[in-house]
Amino acid sequence: MRIMAHVAMVMNLDKCIGCHTCSVTCKQTWTNRPGMEYVYYNNVETKPGLGYPRRYEDQEQWKGGWSLDRKGRLRLKAGGRLRKLLSIFYNPDLPPIDDFGDPWTYNYQTLVEAPLGKFNPSVHAISALTGRDMRLRWGSNWDDDLAGSLELARDDPNLAGLQDRVKMEFEQVFMFYLPRICEHCLNPSCVASCPSGAMYKRAEDGIVLVDQDRCRGWRFCVSGCPYKKVYFNHRTGKAEKCTFCYPRTEIGLPTICSETCVGRLRYLGLFLYDADAVLPAAAVPDPQQLYQAQLSVFLDPEDPQVQAEAARQGIAADWIEAARRSPVYALAVRHRVALPLHPEYRTLPMVWYIPPLSPVADVVHAAGYDPADPDNVFATIDALRIPIDYLANLFTAGDPDVVRTVLRKLAAIRAYMRAKQLDLPVDPNLPGSVGATPADLEDLYRLLAIAKYNERY
Amino acid sequence: MRGAQFFSPGESSPDYREVHRVGGRAAEQFSRQRWHHDKVVRSTHGVNCTGSCSWKVFVKDGIITWETQQTDYPSPGPDLPEHEPRGCPRGASFSWYTYSPSRVRYPYVRGPLLELWREARGRLDPVAAWAEITGDPERAARYKDARGKGGFVRSTWPEVTELIAAAHVHTIKEYGPDRVVGFSPIPAMSMVSYAAGSRFLSLIGGVILSFYDWYADMPIASPQVFGDQTDVPESADWWNSSYMIIWGTNLPITRTPDAHFMTEARYRGQKVVVVSPDYSDHTKFADDWLAAKPGTDGALAMAMGHVILTEFFRDRQVPYFTEYVKTYTDLPFLVTLRQHGDGYVPDKFLTAADLGRDGEGVAHKTVLLNAETGEPFVPNGSLGFRYTESGMGRWNLDLAGVDPVLTLYGRHSEAVAVELSRFDVGPTEGGSTIHRGVPAVRVGGRLVTTVFDLLMAQYAVQRDGLPGQWPAGYDDPQPYTPAWQETISSVPAAAAVRVAREFARNAELSRGRSMICMGAGTNHWYHSDQIYRAFFTLTLLCGCQGVNGGGWAHYVGQEKVRPVTGWSTLAFALDWQRPPRQMTGTSFWYVHTDQWRYEHFGPGELSSPLGRGLFAGRTFIDCLSQASRLGWAPSQPAFDRNSLDLADEAARAGQPVPEYVVQELQAGRLRFAVEDPDDPRNFPRVLTVWRANLLGSSGKGMEYFMRHLLGTEHAVSAEESPEHLRPVEVTWREQAPQAKLDLLTTIDFRMTSTCTFSDVVLPAATWYEKHDISTTDMHPFVNSFNPAIAPPWESRTDFDAFRLIAEDFSRLAESHLGKRSDVVATPLLHDTPDEMAQPGGRVRDWKTGEEQPVPAVNMPRLTVVERDYPMVAQKMAALGPLVDTLGTAAKGIGWVPTESVDYLRRANGVVRGGPADGRPTLERDIQVAEAILALSGTTNGQLAVRGWQELERRTGVRLADLAEERSSERITFYDTQVRPQAVITSPEWSGSETAGRRYSPFVVNVERKKPWHTLTGRMHFFLDHDWMAEYGEMLPTYRPPLNYARHFGAQGLQEEGRPELTLRYLTPHSKWSIHSEFQDNLHMLRLFRGGPVIWMSPVDAAKIGVADNDWIEAYNRNGVVACRAVVSHRMPEGTVFMYHAKDRHLLTPRSEISGWHGGSDNSLTRLIIKPTHAIGGYGQFSFAFNYYGTTGGQRDEITVVRRRSQEVEY
Repeated sequence: MRIMAHVAMVMNLDKCIGCHTCSVTCKQTWTNRPGMEYVYYNNVETKPGLGYPRRYEDQEQWKGGWSLDRKGRLRLKAGGRLRKLLSIFYNPDLPPIDDFGDPWTYNYQTLVEAPLGKFNPSVHAISALTGRDMRLRWGSNWDDDLAGSLELARDDPNLAGLQDRVKMEFEQVFMFYLPRICEHCLNPSCVASCPSGAMYKRAEDGIVLVDQDRCRGWRFCVSGCPYKKVYFNHRTGKAEKCTFCYPRTEIGLPTICSETCVGRLRYLGLFLYDADAVLPAAAVPDPQQLYQAQLSVFLDPEDPQVQAEAARQGIAADWIEAARRSPVYALAVRHRVALPLHPEYRTLPMVWYIPPLSPVADVVHAAGYDPADPDNVFATIDALRIPIDYLANLFTAGDPDVVRTVLRKLAAIRAYMRAKQLDLPVDPNLPGSVGATPADLEDLYRLLAIAKYNERY
Repeated sequence: MRGAQFFSPGESSPDYREVHRVGGRAAEQFSRQRWHHDKVVRSTHGVNCTGSCSWKVFVKDGIITWETQQTDYPSPGPDLPEHEPRGCPRGASFSWYTYSPSRVRYPYVRGPLLELWREARGRLDPVAAWAEITGDPERAARYKDARGKGGFVRSTWPEVTELIAAAHVHTIKEYGPDRVVGFSPIPAMSMVSYAAGSRFLSLIGGVILSFYDWYADMPIASPQVFGDQTDVPESADWWNSSYMIIWGTNLPITRTPDAHFMTEARYRGQKVVVVSPDYSDHTKFADDWLAAKPGTDGALAMAMGHVILTEFFRDRQVPYFTEYVKTYTDLPFLVTLRQHGDGYVPDKFLTAADLGRDGEGVAHKTVLLNAETGEPFVPNGSLGFRYTESGMGRWNLDLAGVDPVLTLYGRHSEAVAVELSRFDVGPTEGGSTIHRGVPAVRVGGRLVTTVFDLLMAQYAVQRDGLPGQWPAGYDDPQPYTPAWQETISSVPAAAAVRVAREFARNAELSRGRSMICMGAGTNHWYHSDQIYRAFFTLTLLCGCQGVNGGGWAHYVGQEKVRPVTGWSTLAFALDWQRPPRQMTGTSFWYVHTDQWRYEHFGPGELSSPLGRGLFAGRTFIDCLSQASRLGWAPSQPAFDRNSLDLADEAARAGQPVPEYVVQELQAGRLRFAVEDPDDPRNFPRVLTVWRANLLGSSGKGMEYFMRHLLGTEHAVSAEESPEHLRPVEVTWREQAPQAKLDLLTTIDFRMTSTCTFSDVVLPAATWYEKHDISTTDMHPFVNSFNPAIAPPWESRTDFDAFRLIAEDFSRLAESHLGKRSDVVATPLLHDTPDEMAQPGGRVRDWKTGEEQPVPAVNMPRLTVVERDYPMVAQKMAALGPLVDTLGTAAKGIGWVPTESVDYLRRANGVVRGGPADGRPTLERDIQVAEAILALSGTTNGQLAVRGWQELERRTGVRLADLAEERSSERITFYDTQVRPQAVITSPEWSGSETAGRRYSPFVVNVERKKPWHTLTGRMHFFLDHDWMAEYGEMLPTYRPPLNYARHFGAQGLQEEGRPELTLRYLTPHSKWSIHSEFQDNLHMLRLFRGGPVIWMSPVDAAKIGVADNDWIEAYNRNGVVACRAVVSHRMPEGTVFMYHAKDRHLLTPRSEISGWHGGSDNSLTRLIIKPTHAIGGYGQFSFAFNYYGTTGGQRDEITVVRRRSQEVEY
C-alpha cells in the first residue's frame, strides 16, 4: 500500500444557481491575460447543452481519456506513441477555437470618440484575436439556460439513447447547471499524453500542472484530456490549466472558485488513497463499476492502521487530520452522495458532484402526493423532471440505480427535517430505506444546508 | 504513460503508470507571483440590486486587479447558514470598468453646445450667456438637434461647472426653481452620493424625482394594505420558512447572493413552489412549477384564497387564523352598505362619527361589534387615536378583552345581496358585476356588514341562506374557483387547490411560517396592486405577517436605507429648510415627455359599472390634475408662474402667501402647471442625472423622451389622441413641443445611453474610488465603500462634483439671485396629521364649488421657504440648525438629537465663519457618512431607545426594551471599514433584530400590538376611498392585463412576404447585468451572446421563420428594437422576453423600420397612469416620497416581431 494525499472538490449541483460567479472570479484572477481570452479554467454549463468546448463529451470524436485495449489494458484513447509521432504536426483531435468561442470584444471607444454624425453611436463586436468585425455565432456559454435548445441542446452527447424520451418541448423542459474545473484526475490522460514530459501531478497533493518551462506547445494534453480542461495559450505557445489555486491552497486558503461560490456548493478536502490501487481501479472492465472501483482506492482516514501507515510514509500529522475532517470524503465516501463526472473516461476524476433534484414533471399527477393529506408535500423522486438516465449518463456511466439512491437520500433529508421542524411524526423506516441512520441524515443536513465556511473547506 | 512520453527522464513506478521526478517546479512561481498583491481594500457596489455585498478589492502596483467577496459578516448563529460569500458574477467583474475603454475619463460637452457657449461666454457673463443661447430658437436648435449623435468634445471641470451653474441660475431666475430637476435612484446603494445631489437641489428649491414608483417596483398594495412603503424579510429569514411560493421573482438571478438561503432551507424541509410563465433559473429549485400565463397570477391567487376561505374559515376554523385576523386585520370592522339599484354595494367603514359620537378624531375611528354584547365597540389603534390628545397612550391594538364579531352570519338581521365588480368579462375593461349575499345588521341606523363577510362574498364562498350567485364547487368555473382560474391562467385546478391547501396547512402547523416571494414578474403590471392584494389575502388569512419565516417577501427595487432618519435629514437639507420639493417620477415623465398626448382610452374605460362615473369622459392627465389640485399628489413644476415671483407678488399685495395663491387660483389668473404642460413656461428646463441611466434603463416610453424632452430622432409611430379622447381640464396645444430641456447633464463613470444623449457628461469616480455607505433589506448590515485608488484621470466623486457645481452656483447667484422667498406647494403627507384632512376618502373638489379651497385641507399645503442663494455651497457643507430645534423624524416618530450634533462637532470638526459658523462640518464625504450614522436609530442605540420611548407614550405599550441591549452602541464609519456592522432595532422599521433575530417585517406590530399606519391601524382588505370604489377595487380582485390589442388595433406593418406575430412582451431582469450596469462589461458579454437578444419559443419562431441567433425586429406604436433572437423551448408560446435595460449603443444596428438606431427594451413601452395611485389626504392613502405614487408599469405591452435582413449596419 502506497499512501498518498490528494486534494479534491465536491460540488453540490442541487444548490448550483448557475450564476457563473466562479467563472468570473477565476477568470479575473488567473486568465485575464493576452492569449487566454477564450479560456475559462472554471466554466459553468447548462445541461442539457453542448458544453465548452462544444460537444467535448463526445470522445468518439475527440478521443480524450482512456480506453481498454483487447487485452483489457489501459490505453490512451487517442492512440499510443506511434500515432502521436505521426500526428505531431497535425493533431486531428484538437477542437478549433470556434468550438470554444472566438473571444470577441468591441470598438468601445466609439462611444466617447464618435464624431458628430447622424446616428447614435453603437459599438459592435470585433474579434479579440484578429481585430476584425465579427458576427457572433458561438461562445463559452452560448447555450446558457437552454438558449437555442432545439438546434443545440439536442446534440448534447449525454442525451445519447434518450432522444426518443427527452423531447425539446415546453411541457417537458428541465435544466440544471454543471460548473467544471480541471478534475486533477488520479489517472490523468493529459499527463500521459504529453510528449515533452511537461505535465506533472504533484506528489504532495495530486494537483496536475503544466511546467511552463518544459512545455513545447504540442497540445496533446488538450486533446488527451476528455474534459478539455487544458488550454493552449496562443500568445506564449504553451499549455495552461487550472492549478487548483495552489498559490492559495498552499497557504491555507480555499480555491478562488470555492470561496467565491455564492451558492455555497463547493467543498474542498483531502483524500488519502492507495496509489498502487489506481491502475487496477481504472482498468475494471465494466464502466459502470468504475465508480465503485474508484471508491475502493480511497482509504479510511479514521482507520488507525491507515493513519499509522500514512505517518510512516511521511504524510504530516496535520494532513492526516485534514483527511479525517475532509467534507469531501464525508460526501463522497461516508455518505455516498457525491459522484464522479464521466467515470467511463477512466481518468478517475477528483472533482465530484451531488446530482440535482428538480420539480415534478406533472404537477397534477405526480406520484407521492396524497389529496387527503396536505402534510405530505413532497413528490417521489421518480416523478421529477430531470430524467435519472440523463444524470446517469453524466455520473455513473449510465447506471441509474446509483443516481436514484443519491436522490432518494437527498429527498429523505428533506422529509426527515421537515417532520422534525413541524413536529410531524417521523417515518421510522425513512432513514433506513436510504441506507442511513437518523444521525447520518442530520450530519448530511449540517454539511449541505448549514455549511459553514470552516466546514466546507 | 510508458508509451506516451518520448523524452522523459525519471523513475517509473512498477506498473509503468507513473514516472517520478524530483525538482523542475520552478515555473510554479509564476502563479504564486500572480496571486501576490499590495493591499486589499473593502468596498461594495453602488448598483441597484439590493445586494449590498462587501468585497475585497485587490490592488497591485497601484492598479486594481480583481475582487473577491468578503467572508467576515457577523454570524447569524450556529443553526443557520452564514451570509458569506455575498456577491454575484456582475459584481465580480466590476473592476473591468476601472480601466475600460468606455470609461468617462474627462468632462465632455457636445461640440455644438461647447462652441456656442465659448462664443457667448467670451462676450457675456455666464448667466447672460446661457440666457442668450437658450433664448434664441436657432441657436438652441443647433445643439439640441445634435443630442445623441456623437461629437463630444473634451472640456474642463471649471468650464463645465460654470456652464451648469449658469443654467441653474438662469432657470431659477427666469422660470423658477421647480424647473430645475434631479434624478437619482435608490439612495441605499450609496447614500452619500445620492445625498450630494439631492442636498444641493433641495437647498436651491429644485425638484427631486421619486424612483421606486417610477420603476414600477413600488408595490402600491403595500401602502394600501400595510400603510408602509415596503418592509420585507431579510433573505436569511427564508430559512425560517417551511413553505415558500416564489411568485414573480427570479431569486437566483435577481437575488444572487441570497439565493442560497432558499436552496439550503429546502434541506430543512422547506417546500418550494414556483409560479412562472417560463422554465427559469429558479424553477429548477421548485418542487412544483405552476406555469401561469403572464399577468394571470391574480386569478390563481384569488382561487387559492377561495380554497383557504372555504376550508380553513368556513368548513373548519383554525383558532390561530381566526384570532390573528380579528386582532391584526380589518376583517371584523363594520362597513356600511349603500343602496344601489335593487341591491347594495359596500360603501365606507362605519366610524364613531356615524354612531353620533363626538370628540377628537371620530371620523377616523372605525368600529367593531362586541361579540358578547352585540353592541358597537370603538377599539384603540385606529387613525383617530394616532394624532389626537385623547389618543395618547391608546394608539395600540389592544382590544381590551372585547371579542370582536368576525362574521355576522348567524346573528344577522338581514341577508342582503351586494353587487361586486368582476373584471374577467364585460364590455369594457371595467368589467361587469356579480350578485353575492352578505349577512347584515343595522347599527346607528345604518345597514352594515363586516369586511370578513364582504370578503367571503367576494371570494364566492357560499354560506347557506345568503342570496346571490354562487359556484357549485371548486369545479364550477365561476369567479373565483380553482376551475375558473384554470380557464385564465392554465394552471390545473387540482394543482391550485393542492398548493393553496398546503400553504394554509403549513401555516397552521407552523403558526404562520408560509411565505410568498414576489417581484417584478407580478409587480410591473398596470393592475399589480390587485395581484398583490390577492397575494396578501393568502398571507393575512393564514397569520403569516409579522412572523419570522412567513408573509410577503417583495423583492424588486425595494431597498432599505436603514439609517433613514439621518440620511433623509441630510439628503433633503432638512437641517436648513423645509419642505423639499419631492415629485413622483411617473406622473412627471408622463406629463413632461408628452406621453399623455397619445392616449386612446381613458380611466372611464377601466372604471367599474358600480362606480359613480367620476372618470367618465376624462383622461388620465385630468385625474393627475385633479389629484394635484386636491393636495393628494405632488405636482412639479407647481404653478404656471415662477414660485419666487409668486412670493414677491404676495408681498407686494400685502397678503399672506396661502391667501394670495388661493385668491389667484380662484380667479383663474394662476393655474397649476400640470393644467398646461406644453406651455413653454411650464417646461422642466434643467435636468441632472447621477447614479442613474434614465434613458437606457428606466425610461419607459423612451422614444417619447427622445421626441419631446430631448428633441432628437425617435421611432414613435403612435397617433395622438383623437379629439374626443383629449383632456377636458388640461390645455391641448395643437403643436406638441419638442426639446423641452435646455440642459441635460449626466454624471457617470461609463458611457450609458443617458450619457450619449446628454449635453454634458461629467466623469464620476467608481465604487472603488470613494467613501460612502450602503445598506439593503436583504441583510441587516451597514457596509462601506472605500477608495482602493484615487479617482483616476479627471473623474471625481458625485460628492465633489456637486460641491463644485454648488460653489460656482453660489458665486453666480450673488449677482443674479441673492436672497429670495420661494412658495413651495406640497401634498398632504402620510405619517403626519395631514392624513386626517379628508375623512372617508370622499372627493370634494373646490374647483367645482363643492367647497372653498383651503390649503393643507383640500388643496396642497403652501409654505414659504427663504432661499439664500449665495450661501448654498456653505450650507451644503455644514449640518444646519433645524436639527437642534425641529429635530429629525421618520415615519411620524421624531427626536431632537442634541447629543449627536455635539458628537459630530467633535468627530467632524466645526465650521468657522459664514452662515454655518460653529456647526459640525460636512465638507467631506466621510463626514456626511458619519453624520448619517450618528443621526439614525438603526446605527445609534441611544436614538433608537429615544424613538421607542416616544412611541411608547403614543401607544401605551412596551417597546424600548427592543433597543436597550444596544443603547450605548454607536456605529461609526470606521466600524464599517473594519467589518459589516449589524444594525440596531429601531422604530424606523417594523421588525426586530433584537438578540440577533432575523429581520421580518411587522414583528413589532404583531408582538407588541403596535398599529400599522393605516386607517384602522390594522392590515386592510377593504379600501373605501371614492376612487378605489370607482375602479371597483375596494376588495381584492382579479384584473387581467390591459387589452392593448383592442385599444390600439393591429400594429403590424403586414407587408407582403414578411410574416410577423403579435406577442406578449415581457422585460424581466437580466442574468448578465444589473439593469443596464454590467451589460456592456466584456466579462458578462462573453458569458452569453454578446449583446441584446429577445427570447422566444420555438413554436412562435417557426411561424415567422426565425432561427436561433437570427436578427429580428420587434416593434409597435412606441418604437422599434433590432436585435437577435434566442429560440428556446423553455419559453412559452405567445410571449417574448427581452431582458431589460439594454443600452441602445451596443450591438444595436439601424432598424429597417425606423431607419434610426434600433432602440432598447423601453423603445417598445409607454407609461399609463392608474388614477388610484394618485389618491391622497386619507389615512394610508397619503403621499410620501417613494411611498405612494403612480407606478410606471410596462408589463401589459405587446409587440410585433418579424425576421429582418441579416445584413446589419451600425
